[in-house]
Formats: sequence, structure tokens, C-alpha cells
Amino acid sequence: MIYLLSITSFAGLVVLLSAGLMISERFLVNYGVCKLDINAGEKPLELEGGQTLLASLYANDIFIPSACGGKGTCGHCKITVISGGGPVLPTETPLLTRKEIRSGVRLACQVKIREDIYVRIPSDLLNVKMFTATVESSVALTYDIKEITLRLEEPSEIFQRPGQYVQVQAPSPSGPEFRAYSISSPAHEPNIVQLVVRLVPGGIGSTYLHNLKPGDTVNFTGPYGEFWLNEDPSVEIVCVGGGAGMAPMANIIYTLYEKWPDRVCWLFFGCRTTKDIFYLEEFENLMKKRPNFHVVYALSDALEEGEKWDGETGFIHLSCDKHLKPGARRQAFLCGPPLMIEAVTRVLEEKGAEEIFYDEF
Amino acid sequence: MSETSAWVIFIAAIFTNNILLTNFLGMCSFIACSGQIKTSLGLGTAVAFVMVMTTIINYAIYHLVLLKFGLVHLQFIVFIAVIAAFVQLVEMFVERFSPKLYFALGIFLPLITVNCAILGASLFMIIREYSFTQSVGFGLGAGIGWAVAILMLAGLRQKMRYSHVPKPFEGVPIAMIITGVLAMAFMGFAGMVSIQ
Repeated sequence: MIYLLSITSFAGLVVLLSAGLMISERFLVNYGVCKLDINAGEKPLELEGGQTLLASLYANDIFIPSACGGKGTCGHCKITVISGGGPVLPTETPLLTRKEIRSGVRLACQVKIREDIYVRIPSDLLNVKMFTATVESSVALTYDIKEITLRLEEPSEIFQRPGQYVQVQAPSPSGPEFRAYSISSPAHEPNIVQLVVRLVPGGIGSTYLHNLKPGDTVNFTGPYGEFWLNEDPSVEIVCVGGGAGMAPMANIIYTLYEKWPDRVCWLFFGCRTTKDIFYLEEFENLMKKRPNFHVVYALSDALEEGEKWDGETGFIHLSCDKHLKPGARRQAFLCGPPLMIEAVTRVLEEKGAEEIFYDEF
Repeated sequence: MSETSAWVIFIAAIFTNNILLTNFLGMCSFIACSGQIKTSLGLGTAVAFVMVMTTIINYAIYHLVLLKFGLVHLQFIVFIAVIAAFVQLVEMFVERFSPKLYFALGIFLPLITVNCAILGASLFMIIREYSFTQSVGFGLGAGIGWAVAILMLAGLRQKMRYSHVPKPFEGVPIAMIITGVLAMAFMGFAGMVSIQ
């Protein structure tokens, strides 16, 4: 009896409190219709206040990158708020630099729309769309890396630059979350998007993608990313990748040789063991067709007994140091773990690279 | 039920029985938000307001529901639920009617929910068997006492911003030491009035 009474009275209290809160929320959190102005009149919107800026933009088909699902932890959803955003919140300050704060950069997921708001969004991001695609194939490249090919359904074409990425919508216990993956299919194949995904134990995105079967439907937004390939044919392109950091490189290389068959391009790829090697044959074939393309794979761990390897060994920055001659004009794109990027950046700066882009993970 | 007047309890809760400096309740936000006088004033006011309101609500719930139906064992969980809901309500109010204060308090406002001084005040009121007026006096006094204590610490910390604190004592350690000194100073009020 006492248990029943305890449970019912506590449940009753909680229901009463929640009902009270919901009623007061109805009356208190009501901001009416607010104006949302993007890029000084480029896209004026009117919407109900009270929601976050990120959610309102998503509702109006403007897909700002966001990996954490609006929790304020990834810092990807930075946009410039010119007026109407209120002061910077303590939840934002750890993810913003002082310079960004001064120029009005905010985390869209933390800004709540309370009044008319004026924002500036790079036009690149306004072109980002939500895509629906079906899985065409899912191929295991190594024991933990899969190549997943998606055929676009709606819209049926994507206009991407090499080095850009998409955000795949993956289901999770707390609602859908977005995870970023670089596009590995070249830009001249607009009907497909290929991803190279390493399985991260317990990872939301990679587990979802690895379990997809041909025919399954996938949603993603994109393309995102600030990388621009140097259009000057005399500039060498240097790609350095490690682990699963191959996707953007494949895209850059194939797009490059579609447009400029004679350009000089280096690909350095760091693996631990022979088990981690993939795409080597494809690149060796390309090397036969394009004499200015050079590919170097290096193994960082010692060989096991009975294994044969005639390529480089040691960390990848040592191979870069060995093969690249100083003096040439170079644009570099790095993709891999932070330590690798740090070491390779130092080598490339010594050799005089003009531009270095990187993608850390 | 004690016979002390509500007024005496109010004074005692601020000085001789300061909830922070004698019971050391609500230390986390006390240390974390005492960097500036302005924020600590805001937080102190918010805590005092929530404390007096929740003691009143919890008094009513305890005497009208829990005691009547023999559900005293539920007091902890019920009090916590009431405090959490009330803080939510206050947050909505402040956001609507004083956005400036809302932004100044920021994350600290929802943190009041887990300020143990607030739950402590409600529990003391039950343990010490206060009447309704006594409870109001105690809730108000304890809240103001907490606000006074955090204001004093904020003032002291602001004053010593440029003083040379030995390296290992910078930040929180010196704040703890100051709190200890403050608590000892408050012992000087002992004997002025007394409650249990």
C-alpha cells in the first residue's frame, strides 16, 4: 500500500510540475514572428522565434555544418551574426577565438532567435543541399576500411570540389546525428558520392555506414569545405595521407588528371602494416599512364615474418623529406592524425610549400 | 516546535548560522562564480529568491501532502523535483522579462538546481520543525546569508587580483583559505542570537 501511494503521489507531483512548466512555457517563451535576414537581403526569411538559429536554418533548407547535433561541442556551426544575436554565451566562448568574438562569429546552435536577426553566411554554404542516395556498393578495402558508393537520387547531381566533404545523417539513440566524411569520387562524376570509412569501435557514423547494404537509403548534406585546388598548372600538388585519410586524396588526384594530364603530383600515404594498404594497385596503374604522378606508400611498423615489401618504411614525413626536392612551387593537402600533420607540415615548410591545407582527425 | 521568533531565525540564518560559512553548503558555485562582484551579486540574488520560494513550496507540500499521507520518506526526491521545476520556471521568467540578467547569469541559473544549499534549507526547516513564518524567515535569511558570503568572497578575490599569491595557492586554493578565514570571522557573531 505504502509503495503504491508513494509511487502515485510522486508521479502525480511530477506530472503536475511538468504541466505547470509546459503551460508557463506556452505563455512565457513566445517571441512571435521574427525576421531572419541572410547576407543583407539575399534571402529574407520570417519564422517563429524561440528556436535556435541552427534549427531555424535547417528548417529552411540551409545546412550549416554541425557534427554534434546542436550540443555546442563540435564548433562547426560558426556563422557571423551582425545584429540581433544577443551577447556571446559562456557555452560558446571555449570554441571561439578572440578574433572571432570581435568579428561577431557565433555558434548557430547556441544563438536563440528572440528578435529580428541579421546574419552572414558564406555563399558556399547556401549552396549546400540535403541529398537522398541509395547504396550502390560497399566494398571492404582492408580489415577495417570500407569503400561505400552512393548513387544520388534527389537531387541527382552534386557539384563538389576535390577536398570537400559531406555530412552523413546517422541514427543514434538521441536522434539523428551528422558525421563528416570526405568525398573520394572525383568531381567529374556528379551522380555518385564515394566515401572511404574506417570502422571506429563504438562510433555512430562509421558503425552505421559499415552496416549498410546495397539498396539502403542514406541521407547526407553537402558539400562543405574550404579547399580550392590551385589552377596554375606549374604548381605541384602534394597529397599526404595516413590511415583512412585517403578519400580526399583520391578525389584530388583523379580530378587533377582529368583536367591537367601533365601536372606534377605526389601522393604520400602512411600505413602501419601491409594489412592497411589499399588503392596501391589503382595508383600504380595511373602512374603508368601519367608519368608526372608519383606515389609513395610507407609502412611505419616492422614487417612480420614472411612478408614482402619493397616500398618505403618509417613515418611518412621521412619519405616526404627524402623524395621532395626544395625549390618547386607546391600546394599541399594533408589528411590524417594531428601528430602526422604536425611533422609533415614542418617538412613541407622547409621545402617551401606555398599553401598547406589540412584535415585533422 | 521551537519558540524562537521568525525575526530571530532570519538574523541567525544570516550571521550566526550562515548556511555557507557554518554548514559549508553550496560550495561549488560559491567558489566557481565568485570571480566578479557583478556576477556573484546576480547569482546571490537568484539563489536567495529560489531559496525562499522553494522553502515555502516545500513547506506546503511537506505539511499538506507528505505528512498527511505518511510519505515523509519521499521528502528528498520530492524536494529535489520541486527545486528543479522551480528553477526552470525562474529561468523562463528571467529570460522573458530581464534578458540582460539572463545573459549575465548564463549557465549559472540552471546550475542553481544542483546548489545543495537550497535543498539544505528545505531539509533544515523540516529537521528543526519550523512553523510557516519561521520557515519563511529561515529561507530568506539563509538565502541572504549565502548571497552575503559570495559577495564578500567576490570582493576579496577582486581586491587581491594583483597581489602575489604563492604559485601553488593561486585560484581555488586561496579562495578556500579565504572562505575559512571568513568562516572564522563569522564565529565572532556567536552569542548574538542563537538557534539550534
